Amino acid sequence: MTLMHILVFGAVALVARLFLREIGRGWLLLAGSVLAMYWMQPAMPLREMDFWLPTVTLALTVFSWVLITPETVRQERKQWVTGGVLAALVLGVALTRYLGATGVLTATRPPQTGAVLMGLALVVGIAWLLGRFTRPAGRVLTVAVVTLIGLFVVLKWPLLTVWFSAGLRWLSGQAVERATALDVRWLGFSYVAFRLIHTLRDRQNGRLPTVSLQEYINYVLFFPAFSAGPIDRLERFLKDLRALLGDVAEDLGMGGKRLVVGLFKKFVIADSLALFALGPQNVGQVTGTGWQWVLVYAYALQIFFDFSGYTDIAIGLGRWLGIRLPENFNAPYLKPNLTQFWNNWHMTLTQWFRAYFFNPLTRSLRTARKPLPATVVILLTQVGTMVLIGLWHGIGWNFVLWGLWHGLGLFVQNRWTEWMRPRMAWLEARPRIAAGGRVLATVLTFHYVALGWVWFALPTPTDSLTVLLRLVGG
Amino acid sequence: MSLKFLRNVVLKALGLFVAFNLVFAVLPPMEGRRWSLYQGVLPGRERLPFGETPQRSYNLSLYDLDAMMASLRLANGHKPADEFRVVLIGDSATWGTLLRPQETLAGQLDAVGLQLPDGRQVRFYNLGYPTMSLTKDLMILDAAMAYEPDLVIWLVTLESLPGDKQLESPLAQNNAQRVQRFVRMYDLPLSAPPMPTFWQRTWVGQRRALADRLRLQLYGVMWAATGIDQDYPETFTPAARNLEADASFHQWTGPSLPEEAMFYEAFKAGKQIAGNVPLLVVNEPILVSKGQNSEVRYNFYYPRWAYDDYRQQLEEKMNEIGLPYLDAWNVVPEAEFTNSAVHLSPRGVKQFAEVMQAWLWDWMLANE
Repeated sequence: MTLMHILVFGAVALVARLFLREIGRGWLLLAGSVLAMYWMQPAMPLREMDFWLPTVTLALTVFSWVLITPETVRQERKQWVTGGVLAALVLGVALTRYLGATGVLTATRPPQTGAVLMGLALVVGIAWLLGRFTRPAGRVLTVAVVTLIGLFVVLKWPLLTVWFSAGLRWLSGQAVERATALDVRWLGFSYVAFRLIHTLRDRQNGRLPTVSLQEYINYVLFFPAFSAGPIDRLERFLKDLRALLGDVAEDLGMGGKRLVVGLFKKFVIADSLALFALGPQNVGQVTGTGWQWVLVYAYALQIFFDFSGYTDIAIGLGRWLGIRLPENFNAPYLKPNLTQFWNNWHMTLTQWFRAYFFNPLTRSLRTARKPLPATVVILLTQVGTMVLIGLWHGIGWNFVLWGLWHGLGLFVQNRWTEWMRPRMAWLEARPRIAAGGRVLATVLTFHYVALGWVWFALPTPTDSLTVLLRLVGG
Repeated sequence: MSLKFLRNVVLKALGLFVAFNLVFAVLPPMEGRRWSLYQGVLPGRERLPFGETPQRSYNLSLYDLDAMMASLRLANGHKPADEFRVVLIGDSATWGTLLRPQETLAGQLDAVGLQLPDGRQVRFYNLGYPTMSLTKDLMILDAAMAYEPDLVIWLVTLESLPGDKQLESPLAQNNAQRVQRFVRMYDLPLSAPPMPTFWQRTWVGQRRALADRLRLQLYGVMWAATGIDQDYPETFTPAARNLEADASFHQWTGPSLPEEAMFYEAFKAGKQIAGNVPLLVVNEPILVSKGQNSEVRYNFYYPRWAYDDYRQQLEEKMNEIGLPYLDAWNVVPEAEFTNSAVHLSPRGVKQFAEVMQAWLWDWMLANE
């Protein structure tokens, strides 16, 4: 989201809240989210992909809804109306090609109308086939989840991304040999995939409420949270969406405050820190251990202010629209141990991984025919979860090592907590020592996390090792 | 919280914003406000900030001369009693395009460690700036005088002299007040750029200048951490040796350079600005090509007739004004020029520095 996106979204949300209130709220959110998705999608070297990728996002969302929704609900008239509105919106975006030689809403000129109509027909055909020949049963939903994960891997693994780009280039008649991993910039796919997988898995487990197509689209593509989260849960989102709007002054006041704080965090603090934060370019240039630490601290603070700033902006805009998005950050750098850090850093992501990976894996290991020792289970689940979170950022050794760093850190901290448990009474009887210990623990935790960012920020483990050695005077 | 309360908050915020902008606009302009993180938190820079690729050079081009000067090592506290301070002003050749700070003329002269008979250490400071305009040089000279130089060396070349070049430098264009002051005080034949409007003087109107000032401080961290203040490309396009058979210089075709179109008045003004501080003028080295059409031109910039005439005029003017003058136009061989007819390699600078050093030493002893 650029500053311009945020200003326009803010103006739209403000006008909608002050003048329209509940009138057509669902439709306004739907139209706003779909159009915002096309508008935010950046240009790519791949011809017309800034139109087709958002269209595919929309199609995947519709397909997922078809898979999670019982036939009786699918056949309701309002779902067809929503389908028609979606098609009209896509067609409307495509027709902007006649308003100028360059993109009006999209980054570049949309494709020809005939191609768009064919694309829409294909989406309708697939949706009909999915509805006609599948039932919301385990196997189909598993295939859908695996497909989304597969697509995710393709986008995050540079080797596969190059092949994907080459395929898209071949389809659009562009030079295949010029394909690179940087060609494909699919805005928001990661977060959309998380939301889709959440609904597909919860449908499998029978925990998902029935939802209309309009509500589902609004949940998955909700424009304030589309590109950078937070990852809300469907049932929580629906509660706000279906409720009457609350006190307008309260929502505007609180939302405005979050918006201003978010803008300051992102565009003043984070963007300033970015000028001297650790990165691939400056890794070999820094002379002196002290300055190397400055760059590492700058990166640690930049990534926090950047991400939490975006979250504040999303929460503020959401509040203006009557949706209370979940919190994502709660002073994570002020926590005294790694577990608490992860309970307060990108909270909706960690909750997602806890719900769909950590807990099922723990259950599965504990209930296995030959159960593993508890310590081994803790080690495997914590390291596994953190490595997976690392891989979500990109498939590369640097992210694996970052995941390992945190997984092992969590394991060691878990063992330390167990060791300390019988000694806590002694410590609690000495409040000064306990307070000093908490300060020391907070400082240590922050530094462990900050040093972990060295793996994350640099493209190769060799670079990271060089920096880590330099930090200790090497 | 009520809508009325929110409305009042918004109205009060707007009121404060407008009031702040008005106060900002009527306060004295940016000139003279010298806050800087350099010297205190960050080490001073070796040369004036300039850079078109800030993310690689950890440097940027800005127009706030006070902020630029305050970022220099020169601005670090008071001048030590045992220092003989020499500042060098000039264009990109003095600033040191493609050169590390220690490879520039100021850097190499400083490394020699000259000491005057009275025990004072001669220290050289680089105040070159990469645009060709004597007006821009005057602005820098004027700003430099606040730092108590004992000697000013002004390196010039013909391309800085034509009248139409004077206000082309963004530094001159964006400092109308300074230029107007020079025009008024020294009766310069320049039509100064228009003064900023009231709107341009408000906080909103000054947002670019303020942001640049802030970014200069932030890039200072990377300067301090890396010692890099310029983007050093692995390769560059060498200055042309084979030249066009074109004998024109700007709009003139010879046989002589119109003296009235050259900004020689700048030297008189420079002498007045320097006051009691000696000002030495040096005609900086240029590439003397031996390639195609070199009988017509010395290099990309200069046809032979124009440059020869300029050298003669400059020498006469310096004698007339009474400024010590060194003509170093051909002291560096062709091979030691890099990406321009005035940019030198480190070895070329060394050769030039040796000539300068000998001349300076003679001058210093003669004027002690």
